[in-house]
Amino acid sequence: MTLQVEVAHRLGAAFSLDARFAGSGGLTALFGRSGSGKTTLIDVIAGLIRPDRGRVLLDGRPLVDTERRIFVPTHRRRVGYVFQEGRLFPHLTVRQNLLYGRWFAPRQDRYVKLGDVVDLLGIGHLLDRRPHGLSGGEKQRVAIGRALLASPRLLLMDEPLAALDEARKAEILPYLERLRDETKVPIVYVSHSIAEVTRLATSMVLMSEGRVVATGSVADIMGRLDLHPVTGRVEAGSGLETRGVGPDRAFGLTVLRAASGDLRVPYADLPIGSRVRARVRARDVIVAVRRPEGLSALNVLPGRLSEIGAHDGPIADLRLDLGGDVLLARVTRRTIHDLDLVPGKEVYAVIKSVAFDRHSLGQAVSSESRRP
Amino acid sequence: MFDLSPDEAMAIRLSLRVAFWAVAASLPFGVLVAFILARGRFWGKPVLDGLVHLPLILPPVVTGYLLLVLFGRQGPLGRFLDETFGIVFAFRWTGAALACAIMGFPLMVRAIRLSIETVDRRLEHAAGTLGANPAWVFATVTLPLILPGIVVGIILSFARSMGEFGATITFVSNIPGQTRTLPSAIYTLTQVPGGDAGAFRLTAISVAVSMAALILSEVVSRLISRRLGTP
Repeated sequence: MTLQVEVAHRLGAAFSLDARFAGSGGLTALFGRSGSGKTTLIDVIAGLIRPDRGRVLLDGRPLVDTERRIFVPTHRRRVGYVFQEGRLFPHLTVRQNLLYGRWFAPRQDRYVKLGDVVDLLGIGHLLDRRPHGLSGGEKQRVAIGRALLASPRLLLMDEPLAALDEARKAEILPYLERLRDETKVPIVYVSHSIAEVTRLATSMVLMSEGRVVATGSVADIMGRLDLHPVTGRVEAGSGLETRGVGPDRAFGLTVLRAASGDLRVPYADLPIGSRVRARVRARDVIVAVRRPEGLSALNVLPGRLSEIGAHDGPIADLRLDLGGDVLLARVTRRTIHDLDLVPGKEVYAVIKSVAFDRHSLGQAVSSESRRP
Repeated sequence: MFDLSPDEAMAIRLSLRVAFWAVAASLPFGVLVAFILARGRFWGKPVLDGLVHLPLILPPVVTGYLLLVLFGRQGPLGRFLDETFGIVFAFRWTGAALACAIMGFPLMVRAIRLSIETVDRRLEHAAGTLGANPAWVFATVTLPLILPGIVVGIILSFARSMGEFGATITFVSNIPGQTRTLPSAIYTLTQVPGGDAGAFRLTAISVAVSMAALILSEVVSRLISRRLGTP
């Protein structure tokens, strides 16, 4: 799958969208603050908004091309859309909702079966109910299933978790990971949650004020200190690509192997052998210039300081290279001064095991996303 | 006391037939006009809106007279319909149905229009992304969602038709078996000596039919709302 987007569109006097990006398979996250134009952009891809200028190509075929006066109407695009608020049809049962789009796809293009979707999303017990009795998380799973069963060529998801509380988010995230890894449908996923993006995305498009600021792998973009004003400082962090290597049964931990050493995380039930992307917030990382001893923190990873971010204020972000993995650490300017930190210096990153919560451990990131 | 005379029974049957056809024939137009008024954006919209609502404001006699002028045998529309389709309204029960349809139309359009305006258009967009073309979206999403409004519109228009008097008697007169509907029959009975008992019987039936229509509309719309989960 290739998706090419180059569009300009004006919404009212205050906002204009002028964005271009290309996506190819996996889960492409459109990331940016509220009002940065993410939803407008996927509405253009879905055909719900006709852009003033530009074009959208899916596998080389135009969905819209203002120069060639092409506009394929929404219902002929076969682009699935999971909306923030579900938008289930209230007059239909869950089963009827799921099957709504089934007959519109040409027979030879139908690649999704009801049974598979029901299993994937765990909604078998809901089939005969009506939407108004479902919880927010259940509604969203049904909405995802409904979009999938139309056998879309591309799946758009507009902050599908934004309306849910933390428990419901945790309930759905594993389903999204399975969706990404077990179905071949490419996904464009809109989010303003860095935790979701770090956990789910194979590549990301960073947006700000209607423009695309950067595109690339999640690790590359989140590792770029110059983008922190856009990606958001408070939640800044990075994802370590690891593999579960064994349980630490006596203490109920799991050992994850990263490029530069082992991490112990406080969950005993992570599958051994599978890939786990562990998200570490920059402010949860301690930097030491000698290997520390006698610490409560279990994880000490050796590496090298590769970059110091802007530090005109009291706080600065450091980019550490841990055997190829990027780890961000947030320290005070005073630390930089006292420890005499300069790029190239050998350092140790210290991460408390309890800094990992379940939300920050994503499983089975698909192979394209794993950096060599 | 409810032994109806043949004339009274005939008036009731006629009224039911007239009201049924008035509603049935005007419903498609009612849905269409309600849609245009709810969703359309065009220059003449206030004019159309006014035209639809006019029968609600005008004295029924005026509406009836205008129908007579337009649809009478010598009227431009009446002559055209007679010559091309063989449809005659003047002094026939079909004319009574036309008068009732016109009088009930604003009520029907209002009820349907209100329900169209409350439909969440985002649901229609969602149906579009699933591959449904606009006609399918209308049939499978919009129409079921506005069903309560349509039912209420049907019942209001039906009740209005059962009670229509002024426009009907002006347009198609008061011919027994042809255009003497329930209200006309009551009026006639009040004009003759000894007609009181008959007038009272028909009045009681009229009240009963109207009450039944109101209760039915309430029950049906509540049933549908429960199904949609919007109490």
